[in-house]
Amino acid sequence: MGFLHLFIVNKSGGLILHRPLGQSAPRIGTNEWLRIGSTFHSLHAIAAEASPVKLPGNKNSAGADDGIEEIRGGGLILKCLQTRTGVKFVITAEPGTSDLDAVLREIYVLYSDCALKDPFYELEMPIRCELFTNAIDNLIEKVESGGFKTR
Amino acid sequence: MSRAAASNILDRPLGRSGGRGGSSSEGSAVSLSAFAYVYSELVQYHQGRAASISELERRLESAGYGVGLKVLELVAYRTKETKRETRLMSILHFVSSSVWKALFGKSADSLERSIDHADEFMIVDYEPITSTFVSVPPDLGQLSADAYVSGIIAGVLDGAGFSARVTAHSVNVEEGEYAKPQGGNVVTGLPARKDKAVFLVKFSQEVLARDAALER
Repeated sequence: MGFLHLFIVNKSGGLILHRPLGQSAPRIGTNEWLRIGSTFHSLHAIAAEASPVKLPGNKNSAGADDGIEEIRGGGLILKCLQTRTGVKFVITAEPGTSDLDAVLREIYVLYSDCALKDPFYELEMPIRCELFTNAIDNLIEKVESGGFKTR
Repeated sequence: MSRAAASNILDRPLGRSGGRGGSSSEGSAVSLSAFAYVYSELVQYHQGRAASISELERRLESAGYGVGLKVLELVAYRTKETKRETRLMSILHFVSSSVWKALFGKSADSLERSIDHADEFMIVDYEPITSTFVSVPPDLGQLSADAYVSGIIAGVLDGAGFSARVTAHSVNVEEGEYAKPQGGNVVTGLPARKDKAVFLVKFSQEVLARDAALER
């Protein structure tokens, strides 16, 4: 199990969270992260237009905007979950890592619990909720030790 | 709108009419998420109108005060108490078990007496629902989101004739102090909390004097 990074992009393309998930994750500077976040946001939007198959209203079956769902490279898998509200959860991992979809969905649940129910969190702003980051670390630990069961 | 004539509204369980807090054993349950969202809005509403951390805490406490007065009457009626509590220890036990059970579905985790001050008591809750999803930012330092619950306790005590000042504090949990359920919180799936809520109850002098007089 080699999780690399998690990053979350808000609906206007701004980065609201980036977090290394494992020892093998390369260190990336904050400015670089902001660039990655907005680049991904634009590519995600363009992908729907460039796609040979156009979905009605550019919305996928989950009601969210159509766009990049997965990128597979020689040394990387990148998976993206876009919510109906336009928030994109993106996770990168080494090839061979399983359960990425389940982990992404679980992170979405943790976001709705720890960030959205926190009275001190402002929507679309960078996430500074300790509870959220602790819960993500805890989740990754559980997945790596094999104790994770999908809901 | 019809009501069964035989069923008195005060006899019906709180849960069914959509009461706040955790699930009750009878009647329907309210989801923790619904409560968390409403409470989050309450805190944000007061934060927008408070100029300082202590003012925010005071606002939350006064929001809970009214709840406390009413909860006292309701719980006392429901537990069919024929005599009202006049002793300090009994009212504290009433708060930490009956009131807590009615509001949160379980009794408070512990009730302690302070060693340094004779007029201070502490009610401890390891998983208060008012702060289950709250992460206090570092610039708000000592704020406890459980100030609402300390307002409820103050309301109950004042209503019963024991005036007290109640404050909420977030204290770190020591290793092995509390047998945490395996894998953290079972209900929310979040990791186990690192801090517990301690409600410090400081009774006023007349209350202690009265209690001492009753002792004899």
